[in-house]
Amino acid sequence: MTSRSGRSEAQPPGAGHGALHHPETDFPHAAAAALADSQLRANLAHATATIRDKRAAVVGEHPSWSGLRAAGAGIKDDVLARLDTHLTELERRLQDAGATVHWAVDAADANRIVTDVVTATGAREVVKVKSMTTQEIELNEALAEAGIAAWETDLAELIVQLGDDAPSHILVPAIHRNRAEVREIFLDRMAAVGVAAPADLTDAPAELAAAARAHLREKFLTARVAVSGANFAVAETGTLSVVESEGNGRMCLTLPETLVTVVGIEKVVPTWRDLEVFLQTLPRSSTGERMNPYTSFWNGVHPGDGPQDVHVVLLDNGRTDVLADQVGRQALRCIRCSACLNVCPVYERTGGHTYGSVYPGPIGAVLTPQLRGTDSPLDKSLPFASSLCGACEEVCPVAIEIPDLLVHLRTRVADQAPRFDPQKAVFRALKTVMATGDRLAAAERGTGLARRILSRSGRVAGIPMLPSWTTTRDVPDLPEQSFRAWWEQRERVGDAGAAIDGDDSAVEDDS
Amino acid sequence: MSGRDVVLGRVRAALADLDPDRPADTAPREYASQVFDDEVAHFCTMVADYRATVHRAGSAGDTVEDGGGQPTIAAAIADIMGAEEARSVVVAHDLPEEFLAGLPVQGDHAITVRRDGPDAVLTNRELDEVDAVVTTARVGIAATGTVVLDHTAGQGRRALSLVPDLHVCIVFATQVVADVPDAVAVLDPHRPQTWISGPSATSDIELDRVEGVHGPRRLHVVVA
Repeated sequence: MTSRSGRSEAQPPGAGHGALHHPETDFPHAAAAALADSQLRANLAHATATIRDKRAAVVGEHPSWSGLRAAGAGIKDDVLARLDTHLTELERRLQDAGATVHWAVDAADANRIVTDVVTATGAREVVKVKSMTTQEIELNEALAEAGIAAWETDLAELIVQLGDDAPSHILVPAIHRNRAEVREIFLDRMAAVGVAAPADLTDAPAELAAAARAHLREKFLTARVAVSGANFAVAETGTLSVVESEGNGRMCLTLPETLVTVVGIEKVVPTWRDLEVFLQTLPRSSTGERMNPYTSFWNGVHPGDGPQDVHVVLLDNGRTDVLADQVGRQALRCIRCSACLNVCPVYERTGGHTYGSVYPGPIGAVLTPQLRGTDSPLDKSLPFASSLCGACEEVCPVAIEIPDLLVHLRTRVADQAPRFDPQKAVFRALKTVMATGDRLAAAERGTGLARRILSRSGRVAGIPMLPSWTTTRDVPDLPEQSFRAWWEQRERVGDAGAAIDGDDSAVEDDS
Repeated sequence: MSGRDVVLGRVRAALADLDPDRPADTAPREYASQVFDDEVAHFCTMVADYRATVHRAGSAGDTVEDGGGQPTIAAAIADIMGAEEARSVVVAHDLPEEFLAGLPVQGDHAITVRRDGPDAVLTNRELDEVDAVVTTARVGIAATGTVVLDHTAGQGRRALSLVPDLHVCIVFATQVVADVPDAVAVLDPHRPQTWISGPSATSDIELDRVEGVHGPRRLHVVVA
C-alpha cells in the first residue's frame, strides 16, 4: 500500500511540523501572502471569534479571576527567581519515584537523548501527544532520520501531519483548515499509513473525529513507546501533568511500556497546591471551558499502572537566554493557553504560519526572538508584528506585559541595526531640528517647498528614501501654513476671543 | 561538563542580578473557592452541562428503591447498561460486588463481567473488546463538574477507565467538594490521577465541539 506520493506504510506522511521556519522571509512579506488567502481569513475569523466569546463567558463568571491571575504571575515569578533550586528538587523527586532524568542543553541534545531512549527499546515507532516543546526541537524530524516513525495523535496534529502541513495555532493547530479540507485529507492519506477512512465519510465533524478514532486506536494498542510534553512539573512532589481534551494524551501516558516526557525548564511549579491556580486559569483561557475534559497526573513509575520505564528530559534550548534578560524573562511565565492569539487583531488576519515558529501570535512575537535571537530577517521583524493594542496582556492568565516586551525587543533590534539606517537618520535629523524653537521655525519655512515637490492631489504618497513607510501609508498633505506662522498671524490680527475660548468656563471652583 | 551542569550553570548566571536573600514565596493569594448553596446539586448541573449523563441513586447496599424514589446504585448501573446495550463490562477487582448486583447474568441481555487486578491483568486488546467500565471516584468538583480518579480501590488502573467506550462513574455525595482548590487539598500528588470533565471531546475542526475522540465517548455519572 502506498500513498499518492509513494511513501511506504511505515512512515508518517509528514514530520508533522516541517516548513515552520523561513528565516529569510520577514513577517510583512509572509503576512501579505496569508492575507491574500480568503479561505484562511474566513476560518480564522470564525474560530477566533468563537473562542473569544467562550473564554469571556467562563472568565466573567469566576468571582476571583483577577486574584487567580495575580497569583499565577506571582507563582511563576517565584519559580523563575529560584529556578535552579526547583529544578534540582524536581529531579530528586522524579528519581525517587523511579523516573530517569535527562538534561538537554539544546534541541540537538534533547533529540539525541529521546532517540537513544527509543532505540534502546527496539521500537521503530512512537505515539505522540501534542507537545509544543517537541515541535520546537523538531523531534519528529530527528526521529525520522533515525528511522523511527512518530505518530501525532491529537486530532488537529493528525490533520496537520497527514496534510504534510505545519500547525498554525497553539490550541487548535489545524485552525487554518475547514471541515471540507479535513475530509479530503483523511480520504486521501489515511489508507497509506494505517486504518483507512470510510469511503462514505462526510464532512460532519463527528464523522471526521470517528475516522480519527478508528485510525489511531490500532496505533495506541500496539505502541511500545510514547513521547509527551508536560503542562506542569511540580518540584515538591515530582508530579507531571498533561492537560488535554481528546484522550489521546491519556492513551499515550498509560498504554505503552516506555514514556519519554520532554519538559521545558520553565514548566516547573514549586508546590502541588500551586496547581489550584493554573487548573482554573488554563482551561478557561485556552478552550473557554471551566475544565478541560481530561487532565492526567503521574510521577515516575506507578507499579502495575501505566509505563514502567519513565524518562523525563529537562530542556533549556534558549530558555536561560530569556531568563538572563531582566525585562524579557517574564515571557517564561507563559502557560501556552493561546488566549493572546485569539484576541490579537494581527493574528486574526494573518494566521499562525506567518510567525514562522511553533509559537505564533503575540506570545510568539516575544518568545521566538528571545529563544532564537534576532539575527534573521524573520526574527528581527516579529517584535514589530503588533499594533501594541494591549488586548493580549489583558487576557493573559499570568499577566505577561506583552506590549512592553515587544517594545523592549524593538529596541534590541534597533540597536542591532547598521550604522546607516534611514529611520535612524530621520530621527537624528529630527532631534537636531526640534532641539530649539529657532531651528524648528526655520525647518517649517521649508515645508512650503516640500509641499510643492511631494504633494499630488492633496495627499503625500511617496517619500524618496522611506519607501517601506510611505508605500503602505499616505502621509496627510502638508499644510499651507505652520502652526507657528498661524499663531503669529493671529496675534497680529488680535482676534484671540474668537479663535480660542474656554478658559473661563471649563472648571468652576466650588469652595 | 554534563548537560545538567551546563543548564544549571546557565540558570544561575541568568539570575545573577537577583538578591540572593530574596523571599521565596511572594505570590499573592487573593482568590477564594467558589461557594454553592447545594454543592451536590451544582455538581450534577455542571456534569450535565459538559454533556455527561447524570443519575441520582440511593445509598450503597440498598436492594430496593429507597424512600426518596431513587434507584439503588446497582439498579442505576443496570439501567445504564441496558439503555446503552452493553454486553460486557470491566471493573477493578476491588469494586464492591453489590454495585453490579442488578446486572442480568443470563438470558438474551446477559452481561459478562470481567475483573482486572494484579492476578488477572487484561491486555490492552482485551480491554478494547469490552463495552463498558464501572468505577468509583475519589472527588467530585461542583464548580467544574469534574470527577477525579486517583486509581485507588474500586477505580482500577488508569487504562481501565480509558479504553472501553462507555464509562460509568460512581460518585458519593460526601465526595463532592465546591471548587478546584478544595479538590487539590484532599488529593495525594504521589498518586496517579485522572481528572474527567465530560466525555472525550475535541473542537479541532472549526472549533465545533464533538464528543468522542479517543477516550470513552459516553460518560454516565451516578451520584449516590
